[in-house]
Amino acid sequence: MTDAALIAAPDAPRGSLLAPDARTRRRNAAERRFALYGKIAVGIGIAALVTLIVSVLTNGLGAFRQAYLTFPVELTADRLDPSGARDPEALRKVTTIGYAAVIEAALERALAERGIGAEAAGDAAALVSKEAPAQLRNRVLAEPGLIGGAVEVSLLAAGRIDGYLKGRVTMQSAALDRNVTPEQLRLADALKEAGVLSLKLNPSFVTAPDASDQRPEAAGLGVAVLGSLYMMIVVLVLALPIGVAASIWLEEFAPKNRWTDLIEVNISNLAAVPSIVFGILGLAIFINFAGLPQSAPIVGGLVLVLMTLPTVIIATRAALRAVPPSIRDAALGVGASKMQAVFHHVLPLAMPGILTGTIIGLAQALGETAPLLLIGMVAFVRDYPGQPPEGFFDPASALPVQVYNWTQRADPAFVERASGAVIVLLAFLLVMNLAAILLRRRFERRW
Amino acid sequence: MPFLVLWTFVLLLVLSAAAYALGRRRALASAGGDPRRLHSLPGHYGWHAALWAGVPALALAGLWLVAQPALIEARIGAALPAALTEARDRSLVMSDVGRLARGLDLAVARGAMTEAEAAQAQPETLRQRLGAAGVALGGEIDPPLLAAAQDWRAQARTGNRLMAGAVLAAALAGLVFGLGRTHAGFRARNAVETGVKALLIVSALVAILTTAGIVLSMLFETRNFFAQYDWRSFFFSATWSPNFHGNSQLGILPLLWGTLYISFIALAFAVPVGLFAAIFMSEYAGPRTRAIVKPLIEVLAGIPTIVYGLFALITVGPLLRDWFAQPLGLGTSGSSVMTAGLVMGVMLIPFVSSLSDDIINAVPQSLRDGSLGLGATRSETIRQVVLPAALPGIVGAVLLAASRAIGETMIVVMGAGAAAQLSMNPFEAMTTVTVKIVSQLTGDTDFAAPETLVAFALGLTLFTITLGLNVLALWIVRRYREQYE
Repeated sequence: MTDAALIAAPDAPRGSLLAPDARTRRRNAAERRFALYGKIAVGIGIAALVTLIVSVLTNGLGAFRQAYLTFPVELTADRLDPSGARDPEALRKVTTIGYAAVIEAALERALAERGIGAEAAGDAAALVSKEAPAQLRNRVLAEPGLIGGAVEVSLLAAGRIDGYLKGRVTMQSAALDRNVTPEQLRLADALKEAGVLSLKLNPSFVTAPDASDQRPEAAGLGVAVLGSLYMMIVVLVLALPIGVAASIWLEEFAPKNRWTDLIEVNISNLAAVPSIVFGILGLAIFINFAGLPQSAPIVGGLVLVLMTLPTVIIATRAALRAVPPSIRDAALGVGASKMQAVFHHVLPLAMPGILTGTIIGLAQALGETAPLLLIGMVAFVRDYPGQPPEGFFDPASALPVQVYNWTQRADPAFVERASGAVIVLLAFLLVMNLAAILLRRRFERRW
Repeated sequence: MPFLVLWTFVLLLVLSAAAYALGRRRALASAGGDPRRLHSLPGHYGWHAALWAGVPALALAGLWLVAQPALIEARIGAALPAALTEARDRSLVMSDVGRLARGLDLAVARGAMTEAEAAQAQPETLRQRLGAAGVALGGEIDPPLLAAAQDWRAQARTGNRLMAGAVLAAALAGLVFGLGRTHAGFRARNAVETGVKALLIVSALVAILTTAGIVLSMLFETRNFFAQYDWRSFFFSATWSPNFHGNSQLGILPLLWGTLYISFIALAFAVPVGLFAAIFMSEYAGPRTRAIVKPLIEVLAGIPTIVYGLFALITVGPLLRDWFAQPLGLGTSGSSVMTAGLVMGVMLIPFVSSLSDDIINAVPQSLRDGSLGLGATRSETIRQVVLPAALPGIVGAVLLAASRAIGETMIVVMGAGAAAQLSMNPFEAMTTVTVKIVSQLTGDTDFAAPETLVAFALGLTLFTITLGLNVLALWIVRRYREQYE
């Protein structure tokens, strides 16, 4: 007998455990809702990722195909090589204006052959990109033997024509557009029927240098890819040795005192500093103080080294820590000094982790834009940087900066170009991250 | 880099390699060909000699290369005729001289003129010749400027030759010294290891040097800025309108407001989504689901911010404008606080999620088991036991995410617009501190004007805020974290 039976709660539930009462039902419903919130949250994250990828792909895949006009061009010798000597110097004196006239004549002839009439004079010439004479000129200068004969060329079509074939430009918008008229679009239709105008795969998107605002059809990523490559080389050559050396000291040799604490706090702070602050540092020290050239891969590379260093140090320290003490003790036991034990035994075993961390650091550096904007890379760079080592000091661009540059331009064709560049950037990043994952899977040892 | 300097470094490398071979051979010779009689491995004697040959000479070369331009500039500047420096600022004259000297260098490098021609060029014909070589000059060439530029090039050439001589002499002296110490009983390994340890310490100091560089460079220019513009108006004025003809209003308050507003929206989106995603992955998801979902969320973290910026500019901005802002009459701009905030929130989801995941996993299972044993449902356990236990860590994660959001640049540059205003409407374009840093520093502006220097003051403010948030996050975690056993 206990008092508990006497003071039992009057409204204690009397139902069976198998039949839930109201309160339990409420609690179970709350449980189900909570789990649902979790699923919704994950769903939102994945939906955002999918939306991003789909948006980039739909906007950008079009950049890899380009409208070309394919027709035979008579390279008349009297226009292109008046002296008749095929002298490179003399050929160089014929400017793109001469070649534009040759192209216009050839296009008129191609139209006449197929019975297509242009509604206004000069419409045919307007279909060809302003970059096309330069393309033809480069080709002829490389092979002077072509002069005098006819050659089948694929010339870039004008930006608006390219937009028409891809659906950006319509008859209604052409009526309001200064750069194209509906008559020209109808001519383009006729040429498309005749097979002269078509969309072709366009590898020069990745290799050609940038073009001016008025010629989105000719804009390419060549300079940006080369600039990014040079910067990655600088980052690899500088960040890896310095980062590994710093980590080895911090992990193996440093005494535990206030100064090493300060260094460690510094490194974790640097990992969290906004990237634009590194850009300010690069501007103030590398450009103003040291006088390095603006917009050069060496300066961009140095700034990115400072940004990647904390990542490399953190990854290397984790890799060094993962090597069990038994390895170090065994090395010391057979007579190695501390430094020999580290460099001959611990470091090789930690290498896969170090390389994985470096590749991930490089991938992060490849996508950085803000610091590069501040060191002057917003400029329009038309020439490829030279061969290393001088090429590191030539002005260049970088992939993410080129994307930013293109989004600032008014022509809507550049939106497609920028999205195409983003696809190239993401492709590079995918390859690098996959390499890091494969490296980790294949070589990392679990002790 | 000039030919001579490059070849000096190559020769230094060759000398060090030769020192290695010589040192090794000398040590083995002194032990009568028997490596067992040596104190260290033969390679150590080689490295000892190579380090003595290479490192002091390299340090000398580095110091010389840094000091030489400054020294030459000072000497040429002192020798300028007074007439030139009276009319214009000395630094502007010196930069003209430097540009001319570099133009001559470029012309010689491109083969448009020989060294001798460059040294004796006359001002009248020089401009066309430089133009033909691809070097553009703004105006006619002043004869004293040309003389100063030619003097500069001559001094630089002499300096490079002296440097080559000094560096090679230092390398040879080091080689001789190193070889002299080499004999069978010499503890080469200890010497080499001390040298290597010194190199390791220098590498670790790079981190400190970087932080010092960041702080000093910004402090220096910020001091220049506050010498030209009142600090009280900078920190407390609510107008931002730079005017390159002078008389600008440079108040940070609208920028700070934009930054905080956008970060708030980003966190309001990212923290619930990230936290619930972390809870789902750690408490409810099976190992197979986790193996698929976790990498997918991590992919969001690996996407560069320029891609998010592009996404905000061409997809999210027009979507919000056409479906929300225009119908509701709240704004007509594709770039708005909401656009940038939402996209930044998407970027922060994996950040919050992975940090929270680690923290929630660190709560011991015994707490969960105890709660479940008392009859709580899983959600009640999470809400009343696990989350309170993990709270300090989660607060730390939120503060770190806030710090990241405040320092973000590309998403706001492309998604939020450039209009500095104090407004509550989230569908209006507002700008942030980072956008203005970029816009003030990328433009054809005079570097010493307050409109350009303000970027450094903004940068220092940003750095201080993010540093403060990071330190606060670390302190909260350290102070309130429960130590389980």
